[in-house]
Order: sequence, then C-alpha cells, then structure tokens
Amino acid sequence: MKLRSLTAAGVAAALLALAGCGGSSDGDSGSSGPVDLRMTIWSANAKHLALFDQIAADYKKDHPEVGKITFESIPFDSYTTTLTTQIGGGNVPDLAWIFESNAPDFVSSGALEPIDKDADLLPSTTANWEKDGKLYAYPFSTSPLGVFVNTDLVKAAGRPAPAQQIASGTWTWEEAAKTAAAVQARGKGGLVVGDFDYKGWDTLNAIWSGWGARPWSEDGKTCQFDQPAMVDAMTFVHKLIFTDKGMPGPGVTKDFYAGDSAMILTQISRAALLEKSKFTWDLVPLPKGPSGEYSVVGQAGIGVFKRGKHADAAKQFLAYFSNAENSAKLAQFFPPPRKSQLNAATLAKANPLLKPAQLDSVVVKGIENGTIKPSHTGYAELQQTVRAALDPLWKPDADVKTVMSGVCSKINPLLAK
Amino acid sequence: MTLLLDKPAPPQAPAERAPYWTMRRRDTLAGWLMVLPQLAGIVAFVIVPLGLVVWYSVHEWNVLGGTFEFVGGDNYAALADDQRLGPVLRATGLFSAGLVVLNLSLALFLAVLLNQKLRGTVVFRTLFFSPVVVTLVAWTIVWGFLLQDNGGLNGFLNLLGIDGPNWLRSGGTAMASVIVVQLFKNVGLNMVLFLAALQGVPAELYEAARIDGASAWARFRRVTVPLISPTILLTMILTIVGSLQVFAQIAVLTQGGPETSTTVLVYYLYQQAFQFHHFGYGSALSLLLFFIVLVLTVIQWQMRKKWVFHEA
Repeated sequence: MKLRSLTAAGVAAALLALAGCGGSSDGDSGSSGPVDLRMTIWSANAKHLALFDQIAADYKKDHPEVGKITFESIPFDSYTTTLTTQIGGGNVPDLAWIFESNAPDFVSSGALEPIDKDADLLPSTTANWEKDGKLYAYPFSTSPLGVFVNTDLVKAAGRPAPAQQIASGTWTWEEAAKTAAAVQARGKGGLVVGDFDYKGWDTLNAIWSGWGARPWSEDGKTCQFDQPAMVDAMTFVHKLIFTDKGMPGPGVTKDFYAGDSAMILTQISRAALLEKSKFTWDLVPLPKGPSGEYSVVGQAGIGVFKRGKHADAAKQFLAYFSNAENSAKLAQFFPPPRKSQLNAATLAKANPLLKPAQLDSVVVKGIENGTIKPSHTGYAELQQTVRAALDPLWKPDADVKTVMSGVCSKINPLLAK
Repeated sequence: MTLLLDKPAPPQAPAERAPYWTMRRRDTLAGWLMVLPQLAGIVAFVIVPLGLVVWYSVHEWNVLGGTFEFVGGDNYAALADDQRLGPVLRATGLFSAGLVVLNLSLALFLAVLLNQKLRGTVVFRTLFFSPVVVTLVAWTIVWGFLLQDNGGLNGFLNLLGIDGPNWLRSGGTAMASVIVVQLFKNVGLNMVLFLAALQGVPAELYEAARIDGASAWARFRRVTVPLISPTILLTMILTIVGSLQVFAQIAVLTQGGPETSTTVLVYYLYQQAFQFHHFGYGSALSLLLFFIVLVLTVIQWQMRKKWVFHEA
C-alpha cells in the first residue's frame, strides 16, 4: 500500500510538473486571441507608471487584439545588465527603454526593429538612434542637465544666488565653485554631481563640456582624456574636491533633496523629487565654462525588439505611445523631442514645478543646442575600464596629467576594436 | 500445523512467473523516488548548467545580435592574453589567503576561550554566532555605512582623536575591509565546529599530559591540535572554497575598486559575462575558477595524510 501511494504521488507530481511546463507556453503561442506586450523601464515612480497605464488603457480601447500591456520596472543601477540577461535567456521584452550610452550597442547589433520617423522630431534628438538613415528607437526623453540650487543654503553662506549671477553675467564655474565651497565650509555639502559617486564618471560630462573636452574623438577611435582641455577640466574638478573643498569627497554622501547640499547637477526630470522639499530652490542652466555657454542633454530611447514575440504589435503601440498627443502628456516627466512641443508654453502646462523662464533657459535652449552624454559600442566595458583608471585621481595628491594619460593607455585598445 | 501437513498436496500449479515487483525491486523504486526531488534539483541547477558553461565557453555569443558561433579554444587562448587576469588572480589569492588565515586562527582562538568553564560563555558564543544567521547582503550594506569616509567607524576613531582612512576607497584598506567584513560574518560557524571538536577531546588525555609535566602550550600543540585536526581540515576546505566564491561583499562594498584592487575572480567573470556581454569568455573564466577550486581541494585531500589524525 505504502509503495502504491508513493508511486501515485510521484506520478501525480510528474504530471503536475508537465502540466505546469505546458501551461506556461499557452499564452505565447496562440496566433488567435489577444497578444500581451511587455516594456522594460527603469522608473518605478508611481506617477510615471500611472500615466503609462493610462496611455495603455486608452490604446486597448481601439485595439481589442492587444491583451495586457505590462510596464516592468528594473532598478536603474542594473538596468542594462538585467535587460541583456533577459534577452540572452530568451525572455525578450517587446519594447524597452534604452540609455543613450548603450545606444550604439543596441542600434548596431541589429537587435531593434526600424521604426517610422516623424518629421516633427528634432534631428539633434534622433542622431544617436539612427543607422543607415533608419531610426531604431524613439528618443522619448531628452532631458537637459541643469543645476538645482538650495537658495536658503546659498544665502546663509553669504553668497549671491545663481539667478542673480546669471542676470549679471557672472554665472561661471569659478563662481559656482566659490558658492559650493562657502556652503560646504559651513558643514553642509557644496556641489553634488548626480549619479556620480566617484564611479559614474560619465556624469562629469556636464562639467568638462564647458571646457570643450570630450572623452574620445567623434569617430570613437581615439582617446581624448589626455588632451589639454580635458586635463584642465579635471584639474578644476580635482581642485574643487580636495583644495577648495566645494564637493563632497569620495565615500561621503550629501543628499540634496533632503536639504544637505547647496547644488546638484542633474537632469531636470528629477524636479519631481523636490515636490515635498522644505527649502526654497531654483533651477538654473549650467555655469559658463572657459569655452563659453554650453548645455548637455541626457537621453533615453524606446526600441522594439526584433526577437520579441509580437514585434509588429509592439511597433504599432510605440507609434501610439509616442504620438503628438501622448508626447504632450509625457512631457511633464520626459522633455519631448518634438519641435512643435518644445516651447516654454507647452512645457509649462506639464511642469507646474518649473517656471516658464526656467523651462526656456534650461529645457528649450538645452535640447536645441545640447551635446549628448558620451556613448560608444562596448560601453559597459569602457565604463568600467575608465572607472578603474580614474580611481587614482580621487586622492588629494593625485597628478591629474599622469592619471589622464593612464586612462588613455587603458582604453585605447578598447576604442581600437 | 499437523492438520495442514495431513492434507493432500494441491495439484501442481503450472510454473508461475515470479512476480515482477519483488521486494528488492520495490525497495529500489522507493529509493529512487525518495532521492528523485533532490536529484532533479542537482541535475537542473548543477549538472545541466555546468554542461552549458562548457558549451558556452567554446562559443562566441552576441546576446543583442542573437548570434551564437563556435570559436573552439579562442576563449581559452584569450585567458592567456588577458592582461587584467594577473591582477585579478592576485586579488583573489590575497583575499583567500587573508581570510583563511584570519578566519581559522580567530575561530580556533574563540573556541578555545569559550571551551573554558566560565560564566557568560553562552552569551559570547551567541554573540559570535549570530552574524552567521544574518542575511549576507544586509550585513554587507550595514558594514558599507560603517566604513564610509564619514561613517560610523571613522566617527568612532574621531572621538579617540584618530583621523581614520577612507576604508573602501584606497587600495590597501579596501581589500582589508572586505576581508574583515567576511571574517566576522562567518567566523562563528567555524568557531562552533571547533568548539564541538574541542569538547570531543577526552579529558583523560589532558590529565595524562599534565601528569607528564606538559605546559599549557604543549598540551594544546601536542594533544588538542592533533585530535581536532579532522575539523581543521574540514573548516579549511570549506573556508577556502567559500573565499574563492566571494561576490556579494565585493558587489555591494567596492564594485571591484579602487582601480581593480578588489576585483576577485568571481566578480571579474560576472563583469565579463553579464556587464560586458562576453558570455563565452565569462564561461571560460568560470571553468578556470572550477579548476582552481578542484586543484586546491585535491591538494588538501592528499596532504591530509601528513597531518590529520586517524588519516595516516
């Protein structure tokens, strides 16, 4: 008896397991019936998700062939790693957000479906996502970098507000460094570079662009970390950290949004984090660098995967998601790449936290003239290699020029690939 | 009984086939069914992935492009050409050596102390063992806060008038920090194993040694160590294997930095495979790790005859 029941249990378990395996493929293989779409994103913000869900719900009203549309949040830090692991494991999402730095990898690999290019899109926003005249991702967020200022802390340190300095034409990196140092001398943090943390060196792009510096040549083949403009810019950063003491040092955290630092250099889409702030703040454009006024733009695209199960349905949904009407809705979080919507009036409707003047100076001008963060094929390996090679710079007695030459000797073999 | 025997014998039945489900077969089947769940787990999560890693290691896999090409021994040839591998192996060796020496000596020291019949030993035993049951990542994150430049440890040192280093950001102290974080996480387990072994040493041996005039050190060296040597071997193998697999602490505390000073083999293969998308090369690296663990374990197993009690 015992044996019989044991056998029965074993057989039942095996059958259940088989049934389970079979069940999972049911939803995917049916050519009839609604198709489900999945988009990976790195935001887990409830307001972002509510807006996406609303757009998806509106779409489904006219498209009964589409079943569920899921927006799958993956943490920012491990986003690309998780996404590519999903793809490698055969669990290919239908659509995905893609960082600008990874654009060359995704566009050149042939992983993405070409999509229609709306004439309303600004050429500066699509350049990163094109190959052989075809567009491979919709640049849904083109977010300029600006400086958020805690004006309470700046005033308390006896420094003029950046807005005043802009009016008098003295908003330069030199002046910004003085303000940062004055605040930090009083125990709070000075200038924080968002997402830098002495690892995300590419965020410093927003500083060195003011010196006219680039990490590598435009064709991506030659390292330019050792060029004079870059050495000067990094000398400024090093001095700001260790001599002027205007930037929290390595391993020190100062949260701007909690009121712990004077300024943060970051994308304007982070304004949402200031909604409940208990201090007065302002948003200003990047300070003038030695090579004049400049602006820098962070970007993200949405692509459709060729190997996704429903590439055509996904393309149709993307066209709807990014049409003029939805683009205007998305503009409250993600600055649009459309000429027709890139004016302070449209943006002000969607961004109640920002004043029209702030939107015009930072967003509109920023997107029109901004340089985009560095990108390259094999970006993750470059990112890590530069990170390791720059580590010796984050010490008080570092020799900037030597470290920068060291970076080039490490990455030149990778750039030459 | 006799009645039965008196009955006429029943007519001879035609030669009946022996039943298929003999006792032996039933036992075998029951045995298989019992081990099946465990076996299925091992096949699905150990044997198949191991085979796949070997398969991947002779291929170039472009995850994004969806291509998978046979490249023969190219990934293994790349091991020899990889200039980053030398420093990675050095960091791995440094971590393992540091951890094994500190862990075993501290565990043994604590076990000997707690083996005394003194008040409060239960409290200390619990204290040292409790990190073993704490989630590894939570443990590491909390240590990350303590080791920050403006973190708890330097705050404490400041009170004493000492200006502490930036523990996780300079080459020497970063490796030391990672070792210490791992040391306190697991020393309790080895301590308990040693304690159990110490309590198994017969008291009369110590008594005999004492009568012979052996000093405390001589009793430890000549009686305790030989008798607990099987446990030393076990903890040594476990600690070395564990130290070669360190990943979470590196990923959370240093991400392999500063420079590449804490990039140990497992972290490097994670970078190659999952961050740089070189799955083929990452697989070759993981086989290198497998080979290193295998060789070290075989060496220790062979050496046991030289120093482990009962094994000679």
